[in-house]
Order: sequence, then structure tokens, then C-alpha cells
Amino acid sequence: MRTARGKRVDWMGDGLTALCGGALGLNLLLVAALLSVLIYNGVGYFWPRPVTRLELAGGAVVLGEILDREPIFETLDAGVPAMRIRIKVGNRDLGSADFRWIDERDIVSRSLPPQAVVLERVEWGNFYGTMVELRHGAEVLSTGPEEVWASFRLLRERKLDELAVARRLERKEIGAVNHEMERLRLERKRLEGTPPSAETSDALRAIEDEQVRLESRFEALSQRLFDLREDLVAETLIVEAADGTRAEIPVVEVVRAVRPNVLDTAQASGVYVSRVWEFLSGEPRESNTEGGIFPAIFGTVMMVFIMSFAVAPLGVLAALYLREYAKQGPVVRMVRIAVNNLAGVPSIVFGVFGLGFFVYLIGGSIDQVFYPEALPTPTYGTGGILWGSLTLALLTVPVVIVATEEGLAAVPRVVREGSLALGATKFETVWRVVVPAAAPGILTGLILAMARAAGEVAPLMIVGMVKLAPSLPIDGYFPFVHFERKFMHLGFHIYDVGFQSPNVEATKPLVFATALLLVVVVTVMNLVAIAVRNRLRAKYASSAV
Amino acid sequence: MTDRTDGAKALSSEDKVNVEAAPAPATAPDSKARPAAPTPQDVVQATSPAIADPILDVRSLSLWYGPSQALNRVSLVIPSKRITAFIGPSGCGKSTLLRCINRLNDLIDEVRIEGDVRLEGRSIYDPSLDVNALRKRIGMVFQKSNPFPKSVFENVAYGPRIQGVNDRRRLEHLVESSLRGAALWDEVKDRLADSALGLSGGQQQRLCIARAIAVEPDVILLDEPCSALDPIATAKIEELMMELKEQYTLVVVTHNMQQASRVSDYTAFLYLGELVEYQETEKLFINPVRKQTEDYITGRFG
Repeated sequence: MRTARGKRVDWMGDGLTALCGGALGLNLLLVAALLSVLIYNGVGYFWPRPVTRLELAGGAVVLGEILDREPIFETLDAGVPAMRIRIKVGNRDLGSADFRWIDERDIVSRSLPPQAVVLERVEWGNFYGTMVELRHGAEVLSTGPEEVWASFRLLRERKLDELAVARRLERKEIGAVNHEMERLRLERKRLEGTPPSAETSDALRAIEDEQVRLESRFEALSQRLFDLREDLVAETLIVEAADGTRAEIPVVEVVRAVRPNVLDTAQASGVYVSRVWEFLSGEPRESNTEGGIFPAIFGTVMMVFIMSFAVAPLGVLAALYLREYAKQGPVVRMVRIAVNNLAGVPSIVFGVFGLGFFVYLIGGSIDQVFYPEALPTPTYGTGGILWGSLTLALLTVPVVIVATEEGLAAVPRVVREGSLALGATKFETVWRVVVPAAAPGILTGLILAMARAAGEVAPLMIVGMVKLAPSLPIDGYFPFVHFERKFMHLGFHIYDVGFQSPNVEATKPLVFATALLLVVVVTVMNLVAIAVRNRLRAKYASSAV
Repeated sequence: MTDRTDGAKALSSEDKVNVEAAPAPATAPDSKARPAAPTPQDVVQATSPAIADPILDVRSLSLWYGPSQALNRVSLVIPSKRITAFIGPSGCGKSTLLRCINRLNDLIDEVRIEGDVRLEGRSIYDPSLDVNALRKRIGMVFQKSNPFPKSVFENVAYGPRIQGVNDRRRLEHLVESSLRGAALWDEVKDRLADSALGLSGGQQQRLCIARAIAVEPDVILLDEPCSALDPIATAKIEELMMELKEQYTLVVVTHNMQQASRVSDYTAFLYLGELVEYQETEKLFINPVRKQTEDYITGRFG
């Protein structure tokens, strides 16, 4: 077909181009939508919201953060539907639910009282109310909202220092004693298992003496901790809820106190930063509904690292054999098909395999040989970060093999011949010329593997991932890196917080924030790997390879 | 392997012809003067030059890629410290012949070889011979320049490193002398740490030559070293070849008959896997014995 000017119109071609462009556009739109939903819901959560005081018909008073507003379903048929608001009222210790729906028609007046205070607490969630008194035991230190607010902030600084002292005592000193006692217990059990002799009975006696000594040290430390704790909770804050009921809260249990209605932008930003920092660096509280997710970030990153260290040599060596050494024929072709299909096996199947093979078979054998004194308590014979990482390494090894093979195949034959013609052996050629030339391709495979592993949840649930891990897999006790420990993971944390939480309504924003963080963690790890790859490529710029 | 020994035995008579011909430089004028029609033995003598100082001796070499034969009983003697050129149309087997000399054809599956190649009297197909040691003595430069994806320095140092030279000072010395030997030093001395792949095509090819001479070989095989280069780069490489023959034996495969006539001392013309004529270059181009050769060099076919 031609237009009047003789230009040919290619309907098929133009339509196809538009279709392809449209498909790409749709993809980009979906990614953008995903990220903006996460950012909108996750990032705004940490900004302090105003606290509204509502007087309702019938005299009731409600104080809290207004979160939602929506039409009431029953009044939808009317011309102008009535609206209701969702307000977070907190004060779970005073017997109220965290959230309330209030019909706007019941509201008599609204105000933003400047003295309203939000207390984020270690237990029981937020408290909304006003400060009444600050006490030390029965002695009143100050009264009245303004005075209490001023003296509370100074006092809390001091209490936080004291808290840090108590924590150190608990974690470091008592922790060390516990660790040593456990070691002695196992040592004793081991000795008792051996045939009795003069040496063993001597050793046993020495252990008993040591145990007695530790026992008394433990008592002393516990007493000191107990005293410290008593001092810690000596100062209390008397607060009054909107309905006039009062509560007594130990100062040290207040994580953060904010007067949101009188914050200027700078102060609000300060609160925002401190909340985000707590989220990133803190440990979870209140069955993961509050506090931070640092252990989950740590677990995810460490798991991906161990996985990379396992999968890179395994996949690269396997691909090297397949591409460089194996005689190309039907067997190799079948192996290659099998490897590709392995990538399509549902991940939970790998999880079950990891449980049976790594945890029960290998872990169980390790326990039999190296940790018999701890049995029947398993050491490696139960899920742990090592087994989780190795399971994911198996899951992602096809990706690395395929990418490495492609990278190796792209190295021209003439380059290999150049090396062989200089008298290099096949191994020297592969190791010194072919593998470096294929390194960018290998890294691409590793990047894909890392991205897949970081997002994988299902198989990990049965090989060592837990809702709440008591300690990180790396700490100050020998051997410092504890591969057998259970770990937390961002992906599972999202599921747990979103669907298994006792307070789903309160944790909804945390789900988005955690999901956003998971995306960020994966992106950062990928960017690092991509930067390494680009450096390699730049090193051999304008490469024909 | 059995094929080869059988072939070598069967052809021992022809061997003798070559070996005897080699030390007798007076045969060529004799054959010209003879009025009678040339016997087959005369043709062999007439189409093979007298070589005073041989280094490589190809003896009745045949090669098959699977079912198709690429070389058919090729015999020739390559002189030491001279440039010998292989010419012929595409697919005539000249590159195959070249790659037999450093046993690079071993890498190809389904290749079968009969006959023998001797380097200074010793068979390179001797099973007890170390192929890698052989390839250190016989360097090679390829049609397409193939620097490794490494720095200029590491490219040249690759061969010495493979041989176990790790002393930095010695490597630096070797790299410099090799690059000077390949007339590349002045152009790359300030960018030794840069990627070799950033060099121009001609520089890359000279780098490959430097890489080859860094292991101090006896023979350098050049497989159409200038076919991807412009005339200026080609001139440089040719000039370099003339210098290199002071120290090394050069065997060059080329499509370019002017190049063969310019640089080489001896020229072998191959056609369909057979050695048609092998002469001093001047003689082959001015006064070829065979009509096939004449047709080819005058551009009547090929």
C-alpha cells in the first residue's frame, strides 16, 4: 500500500513495533507501580502523625491517630453516604483495642491538644494521653504536663545509660558465664561417657570445682542485675488516657516519647530518622509487630553470602567440565538438559531434599561424630543457616552453570589456540585465559543466583529459618561464626508480620516497609556484583570476547 | 597411529629422493638442460628446491578431516632462518599443513594424519614427545589477531610465565626485548598495563608476534598474518618478518602472491591438498615448472 506521496505504509511492521513497545511499557509500568506502592505504604509509616482528640455524642472522649476514612457500607444507597474513620487509640494495657472505627456522625468536636503525647513502649504498644506526674517510688519529682515533659526527657537520657550498663552485664558477663557453664556441662558429659580412670576423675573434679565457682559467680551477677533492674524501674511516669484513667509506666520502658501536635518539620524529621534507624538496626519486639528487623537483614545477607561461596565454585567447576573437558555427545547433552530442568523444580522440593539430605543425613552424622555429648539435642542435625544456604545453592546452581557455559562458549577458539600455540597445557589455557575471559558471564550468573536466593522463602522454612532467632549467627563467642544457628530472613519476616501476627492491622505498614527493604537489599547486592562485573569488562575494554 | 607408520614405510623410496636432493644444489640446472620428457622423479626434483640447511622435514603427509582428505602426501623441506611461503587458493590445505607443524590439528576431533613431520630430525608425532614442549619451540601467529583479554604486558609475559619464569625483573626484560623485536615497543611502552584489546589491528598482530618470540622459539608459523590488516600495517609486518628471519625460521601462509614474492625465500604452491610446486621464490614466480602454478600466479584461476 502506498500513500499519495509514494511512501510505503507498513501496517504489519508498524503494528508489531507498537505491540513490542507497548509490552515493554507495560512491564515498566508494573515495576514502577510495584515500587511506588511499596514506597508509599512503607516509607510514610515512620512519619509522626498528629494525635486527634475526639469528643463523641454521649460524652466519651477518644485520643489517637486517624489513619483511614471511608464511607459506611449501609449508607451507600443514600445520596451522600455517611463516613467513618479508623483511629489508632493504643493503650492496650488499659483494655482497649488498638484500633477503633468511629462513625463521623457521632463526633461532637475535634481538637489537636498540644500536650497530647505518644509513648512508644517496650511492652503493650503505644500509649496516647497526657503526662501527669513523674515519680521516684512514692516520691513525686514533678507534676503538670509541661514540667513532667521537661524533666522526663532529662531523666530518660540517664536511664538509657543505666539500661545500657544492665544490658552489657546481662549479655556480656552473664552470657559468658552461661556459655562457659554449657561448655563445662558438655565436657563433663563427654568425660562421664568415657571409661573411668584416674585422669578422668581428676578432670571431673576440676570441672565440678569450676562449676561451683561459676555457679556462685552467676548468683552474684544475677543479684547485681536484679538490683540494677530495680533501680531501672524505680522512676515511673504517671500518664492519663483520654477517658481519665491513669497508668504508671516505668521511664525506662518508654522507647520514644513524642508530642506530635507541636512538632515542627525539623523535629518531625528527627523522629522520622530515629524511627527508621530503629527499624533498620533494632531487634523485633512484641512478637515482631514492633521494633526493628536487623536480625532479618543480617540473616538474609549472610545466607546469600554463604550461598554464593558455595554455588560459585560448584557451578563454575561443573560448567568448566561440561564445556571444556567432557566429550560433547548425547550424554553431555542429556546432562545439560537435566541441569536446565533442575532450575524448574519447585523450590519447596529443594527444601524437602535439604531437610532429608543436609539436615538429617549430613547434619545428623556430624552430630554423631563431633557433638555426641550434646545429643539428643541436635547441633547440626537441625535446620541452620549453613543448611539453608546450601539448599539454596543447589536451587541456584543451574543458573550459574548455564551462564558460565555461555560465557565459556563465547571465548573464541582462536584465543584458546593462541595459548596452546605458546606451549600452554589445556589446564593452563582454561585457567589463565578462558576463565578470566568468561568472568563477566560467570558473574552475571552469580548475580541472577543471588537475586533468586535472596527472595526465596519456601525451602528455607524447613531448613533453618525461624520467626525469631535468639542470637545472630555471628557473635563474640568462639568460633564466632555459628553455621548451625537458626536465622531470620526478610522474606519470611514479611509473611510472618503480615499474616501470622497477633495484630495484623498494626503491622500492615511494616509489611510494606520490610518488602521495600528486601527489594533494596537485593538491589544493593546486585549493584555490587554488577559493579565488579563492569570493572572486569572495563579492564578488557573493546573486548571481542 | 598404525596408519602413519605404514604410510611412512611405504613411502621410504620417495623420502630418499628428497633427502638425496637436499644436499645436491646442482640438480636444478641439470634437469633444465635435459632434452627428454621429464620422468616422475625428475618432476619431484624439478619442483623442489635445494635446501642447504633444513630444519623441518615434512614427509609424505596426508590428513583427513573425517571422510574428506585435506592433504595428500605432501613432502617438503623447510630451510632454517629463511621465510618459506605457502600459497594456493582457499581450501588447498595450506593452513592445515601449517597447523600440522605445531600439531594444532590434534585439537580437532576426527582428524587423521599419515606421514611424518620432523623437526631437526626428530618426529614431532613421536608418542613420547611432549606436545607442549614442541609448541614452545614452534610459535604461531594467527590470521585474526588473538591477544588474550589481559594487559599488553601480561600478553607478552604469558609464554614465559607458562614456562615458570616468575621473576618480575626478568619478565620485564623479556617483555621489552620481545616488544622491541616485534617493532612495537615505542608504540606501547607507556601503556603496558592497558588492555591489549585496545590496540589497533596492526598493533595487535605485532603483539601476537611479540608474544610468540617471547618464548624464544626456533620456528614461527604465520597463518595469513596480514589478511585483516590495511596496507600500512601489512608493510610493517612484512618489514618485521624480514628482520625476524635473521633469528628465526618463518613459515607463512598467504593469499597474497605479491606478499609471498616480496618477503619469502622459498614458496610452495598447494592445490587441492597436493603440493604442486616448491621452489626458490624468484624461480617459482618467474619461471614455474608446472603449468598449474603458472596459471595460478598469473591469475588465470584461483
